[in-house]
Amino acid sequence: MTDQSLGQLGDGLLLATVVVYALAMLGYAGEQASRKARRAVTSVRASSQVLVGAGGPSVTLPAETVTVETPSRSGRFAVALTAFGWAVHVTSLVLRGFAAHRVPWGNMYEFSSAVALVAVTFFLVLVARGRVERALGAFVMLPVVLYLGLASSVLYTAAGPLVPALNSYWIKIHVAAAIMASGSFLLSGVVALLYLLRSRYDAQLTARRTPHFPVSLGAQLPTAPVLDRVSYSVIAFAFPVWTFAIIAGGIWAESAWGRYWGWDPKETWSFITWVLYAGYLHARATAGWKGKKAAWVAVAAAGALIVDYYVVNIFVVGLHSYA
Amino acid sequence: MTVRSEVPGDVKADEEAVRLTTQPKPVGLPRKGDLFGPLRIGWRQLTSMRTALLLLFLLALASVPGGFLPQRRINPLRVNQYIAQHPTAGPLMDRLRLFDVFSSPWFSAIYLLLFVSLVGCLIPRSRLHLKALTSKPPKVPRSIAKLPVNDRWETTDGVDDVLQQASTALRGWRVVRREHEISAEKGYLRETGNLVFHLSLILLLVGIALGAFRGFKATVLVKEGKGFSNTIISFDDVQPGRRFSASSLVPFSVHLDAFRATYGPDGKALTFDAAVHWAPLGGAEKTDDIRVNHPLDVGGAKTYLIGHGYAPHIIVKDTTGAVIDDQLVACLPQNAQFLSTCVIKEANTTGTQFGFRGVFTPTTVTDSTGHVGSSYPGLRNPVLTVAAFVGDLGVDPGTPQSVYNLDTSAMTPVDGGQAHALLPGQVFHLPGGASLTYVDTKQWATFQVTQDPGKGLALVASIGMVGGLMLSLFIRRRRLWVRVRAGGTDGAPTTVEVGGLARTDPERYALEFAALVRQLRPKALSTVVEE
Ligand code: HEM
Repeated sequence: MTDQSLGQLGDGLLLATVVVYALAMLGYAGEQASRKARRAVTSVRASSQVLVGAGGPSVTLPAETVTVETPSRSGRFAVALTAFGWAVHVTSLVLRGFAAHRVPWGNMYEFSSAVALVAVTFFLVLVARGRVERALGAFVMLPVVLYLGLASSVLYTAAGPLVPALNSYWIKIHVAAAIMASGSFLLSGVVALLYLLRSRYDAQLTARRTPHFPVSLGAQLPTAPVLDRVSYSVIAFAFPVWTFAIIAGGIWAESAWGRYWGWDPKETWSFITWVLYAGYLHARATAGWKGKKAAWVAVAAAGALIVDYYVVNIFVVGLHSYA
Repeated sequence: MTVRSEVPGDVKADEEAVRLTTQPKPVGLPRKGDLFGPLRIGWRQLTSMRTALLLLFLLALASVPGGFLPQRRINPLRVNQYIAQHPTAGPLMDRLRLFDVFSSPWFSAIYLLLFVSLVGCLIPRSRLHLKALTSKPPKVPRSIAKLPVNDRWETTDGVDDVLQQASTALRGWRVVRREHEISAEKGYLRETGNLVFHLSLILLLVGIALGAFRGFKATVLVKEGKGFSNTIISFDDVQPGRRFSASSLVPFSVHLDAFRATYGPDGKALTFDAAVHWAPLGGAEKTDDIRVNHPLDVGGAKTYLIGHGYAPHIIVKDTTGAVIDDQLVACLPQNAQFLSTCVIKEANTTGTQFGFRGVFTPTTVTDSTGHVGSSYPGLRNPVLTVAAFVGDLGVDPGTPQSVYNLDTSAMTPVDGGQAHALLPGQVFHLPGGASLTYVDTKQWATFQVTQDPGKGLALVASIGMVGGLMLSLFIRRRRLWVRVRAGGTDGAPTTVEVGGLARTDPERYALEFAALVRQLRPKALSTVVEE
């Protein structure tokens, strides 16, 4: 197969990925629709069950134990579809790599695809580990589908070689770390937004008001403390990775441009993102800042990340404008 | 207000037991009669979590203009352009230092305050943590049942047996036994990591400062066949740090033998390669290739390839036919296809002086109106298009003049300013017998030499940051307590109470706790279920 047809196959598979993810999203949504009817059935999440089994110790479980409905075929099918879409997604990136004879993250199109892959991977791991309900799936897959759709239409770039400044083994390390952190950060941003939605929903219920759309979606979501914790765990994983990505970028910049830091727009926005996430971690440890305020910080930080990737690459002139 | 002394000792001990961090406590009010009270409070305020948080947000906010507006240190030309395009707002923004954000007083104030806060926060935290590292886990809280995870059961085992079993089960924990109680703790490295991280931030700042004060950066344009030495005078542009001393310049010299760039079919650059030979002062010559991502490193002074362009080889003869100039002219690229502008001055002629203004195009295309352009950055069809001027170049030995600008105010254009397109080898004949020959095309490269004595420290600090963060975010600090009550002489069973507390991820700890309890209680008589 020629490089060109290999690249085209990869592009086609990415479109297929988007379709499969969209179907999975419908599956999750279908499960939620059927779940409404069976809301009454609740039991404690599997991993916590050991704690309350006969003869086991009495453990004051955190109040926000996840509730699992009777398994729905639609939901399990959605997870299977997500996993299948994930495999297609991985294949698409690998083919890109072969087509271009390099790592498949050399331009914004490939980059976005890889970032979305990380977010989906992380989500699947969280579901498999029982740390979050798969009900979250509809809300996670929607932005993933939109993001990938946008990436493969607006940012499309055919497979090709790299400009010399990007042609270093540090690109593999720096960019791989940046992708890993970014995918996680974007996932945590979505979860933080859902947390805010769920909090608003809870507050309206407490105030005996009837939540309207979109706040009424809160009923479909995991409880606020679960969402808060998931968002935190994802950021706690991603923050050291992001720190490392920035440092690796500095090492690369040192060998490519003769300075490890120069306040290039891209560097500046990476720094802003980093400081905001440091702020988030601080906020969670500061009295009066836990909960909703911290969640807003996580959303703002994810916003800075998006500016870093898209606004800076497209609109601001700097050394990093390689797309 | 002396809240603390009113707290009964055991309540205070309980507070201590559930405290798993060296995080500063929220600031209270000054004690009455404390002269330094307001100062002390001010300092406590500055080093509080809330202030640190605020300063972090301010730091992020203050960086935003630097992320959108052109910055003078990176691109002075675009700053001037921006100011010219915004005649009212531009100068005002300039006065607010919005084009020099990262060296502005307000940006410096924020990060300096943040680091003062950091130092002030780190000292007491390190002391507290050192104390925690060298002391025993705190006493068992009075009410184990109030801990987030807890359990209680009865057993026929003796008190010592139970305590023995507990000690065995708690391998890997720091365990202390006080009479019929056990306190255990694990995950001290979390706090250690956190402190290492924050300490590394300070080290990083020191490293950056060292580079800024003691460092050196300079650029030089070198044509093929020429060279430079690492001395102040041989550079075109020098940016020394404020405390830089020329004696710290590493002595060496570099000679550019050849420069080569390759391009893909779409004109995107593929590789840049400067073949050089270089020598340390008095040392033997070596050859090397300086490429992007591959600088030349001589004793800590690094030479980078940062730019390149074309340098047509020209020969100029005067009216007598004598060669008055034979040189490579560095033409400055104006676009990605390397359409470049060139200036040639012949000041050393007797009588009238010559000046040439030219456009060099490596792959030349001519549009219908006769304008030349370049369609590809590589050398496929090079043309040097020149217009000649005669008269006074305005060269005054006293004031240096840019070699890239031609002042034609006192000159008259030859042929009415008509430009002549020359292929390699072609000659432009001037009136009176003088001539300019475009021989062939060579190239030039710009090099940047940097010396940054703070770089190593910054790297060490960075490693400390990542390592510290990983410890601090992935390790869970947790405590576990066991209290055993003897059943008395009448054969009543022994009561065991176990409780625990974790600072993060209570779910994971609940699982770990349950596993530990299962090891301890196989011989339990009955379960006393707590509400
Ligand atoms: C220079 C800017 C600073 C940055 C970038 C920064 C960053 C961070 C980060 C990323 C964490 C998260 C680590 C974790 O959760 O364990 C953290 C935690 C912490 N920081 Fe900072 N920090 C800074 C300044 C400060 C200052 C000035 C203080 C003093 C008040 C401080 C006190 C703390 C404390 C006590 C924690 C631990 C929070 C906890 O107990 O969970 N930091 N910091």
